[in-house]
Amino acid sequence: MPERLMIGTRIRERRMLSGMRQSDLARHVGISPSYLNLIEHNRRRIGGKTLLKLAKALKVEPSRLIEGAEAAVVGALREAASDSETAERGRIEEFVGRFPGWAGLVVDLHRRTETLERTIDTLTDRLAHDPFLADSLHEVISAVTAIRATSSILVETEALEPEWQVRFHRNINEDAGRLAEGAQSLVRYLEAAPNRDAELTSPQDEMHAVLAARCYHFSELEAPEAQPEDVARLVAATAQKGLSAPAQTLLETALLRYLEDARALPLPVLEAQIAQHETEPDRLAEATGAGLALIFRRLAALPDEVAGPIGLVICDASGTLIFRKPVNGFAIPRLTGACALWPLYQAMAQPMAPLRMRVRQAGRRAETVLALAVAAPSGPGSFDRPATMRAHMLLRPDPGEAGGAVRELGVSCRICPIRNCDARREPSILSEGF
Amino acid sequence: MGKKVLLIEDEPNIIEAISFILSRDGWEVKTHANGHDAMEAVRRRAPDLIILDVMLPGKSGYDILGEIREDEDYAATPVLMLTARGQTRDRELAERAGASRYMTKPFSNADMLAAVRALAQT
Repeated sequence: MPERLMIGTRIRERRMLSGMRQSDLARHVGISPSYLNLIEHNRRRIGGKTLLKLAKALKVEPSRLIEGAEAAVVGALREAASDSETAERGRIEEFVGRFPGWAGLVVDLHRRTETLERTIDTLTDRLAHDPFLADSLHEVISAVTAIRATSSILVETEALEPEWQVRFHRNINEDAGRLAEGAQSLVRYLEAAPNRDAELTSPQDEMHAVLAARCYHFSELEAPEAQPEDVARLVAATAQKGLSAPAQTLLETALLRYLEDARALPLPVLEAQIAQHETEPDRLAEATGAGLALIFRRLAALPDEVAGPIGLVICDASGTLIFRKPVNGFAIPRLTGACALWPLYQAMAQPMAPLRMRVRQAGRRAETVLALAVAAPSGPGSFDRPATMRAHMLLRPDPGEAGGAVRELGVSCRICPIRNCDARREPSILSEGF
Repeated sequence: MGKKVLLIEDEPNIIEAISFILSRDGWEVKTHANGHDAMEAVRRRAPDLIILDVMLPGKSGYDILGEIREDEDYAATPVLMLTARGQTRDRELAERAGASRYMTKPFSNADMLAAVRALAQT
């Protein structure tokens, strides 16, 4: 049923929610109960003064009766129903109009599901690629194997010589100690949820946690008088909070690059250009004379309220992700093994050639994202060693204005459901019924 | 002296337990604890059967198995792979690499013994 025709249903639902009888509402707005009945059953069009009076009597904004706050709910339900073969897509507006509470609940559950699925992706990636976890699990399983084999010998071997008994008891004691230690270590590790300060985590994770806590923006380093000493002070402050030495080194490198970028393209200059050219990297590059990679990093360092949500991924020539600023709707692996179809890697194959692509990661919770990528040498060239290339990929919500095809890609092979993918490196646990 | 089995495994207490079980079953058990020179150990010991762990220091059990299968003297030697993983992918990897049989840790002694006896008759 067209949305416009659902106004009556919304009026009816609002009236019933407020506990008002049809005849009372009709009298209140000066129409007959039978006419109100026709309106409520969407058999009479309504607008103008009557609508305003009804909205006032029902204590809601007229716009909520016309298009509903339900517009967003309808959109969310459409998204939720996109993968369903049984949901009646043609009756979404009717559902929202008649059962706003239930519709809201379905939307909430859908969003909750999306959040949980994203958490599963993150944890799965962590389980699949985390070297600490792999080593710890191996240690635990080895200890369990030894204990099982040894204890079976003790129980099942008749007339076991005393010296063997002593030896195997000692072995079990040793392995039990290893097992306890390994299990405690694993529990400590797994109890630390992703993106929180974890007792056991990689230096890259620690560094990214510091950057994320500051929303990737450091006003101290934006000041014209900012110096490397300010970077040292920032790093020292994080060191006092327990940042590991390797993470401090990574953070110092990242912040010195930040300072260098801020000097090359100061915030007031960037903001003035954004006022003219919005946040279009190529136009900003042309206006400021800065390279695209620098523009990407500067945009990613701006607060959301200035530049909107902007994500950034940087990889080195080995494909290792060395910087990750996430954006909604596009998952980035925590460690290694990102999808080889990412424009980030395509850019690496075509240095200096900017790429713009609409992309969407396979899976229901992904959103279409605009990816802009470019690869360039990270420093001045040298005749004596290969150029160190870095690829940058800026990510932002897709306004849909550019149109064009959307490339389907993944997060990493391990958790990617795309079948028959030429870029696949290893089987997906999803296709095996995870 | 019974048939000779070479156990390539790096965990001392697992080595000791498996060695005990197989010795009591009449096997002559030789052991080797790292990956990088495992193939030399195979040639030196000339086993009738090999028990090979996947996660070894120095070299993966899959790589060692590949070398065993490429050596014409040992291409047909039964190899029982041991791994801490039990996923389909790992079984496929083991089979593709030429494993005669695959066991997931932790295993029972009875299963281990049954597997070794079965492989000895192939």
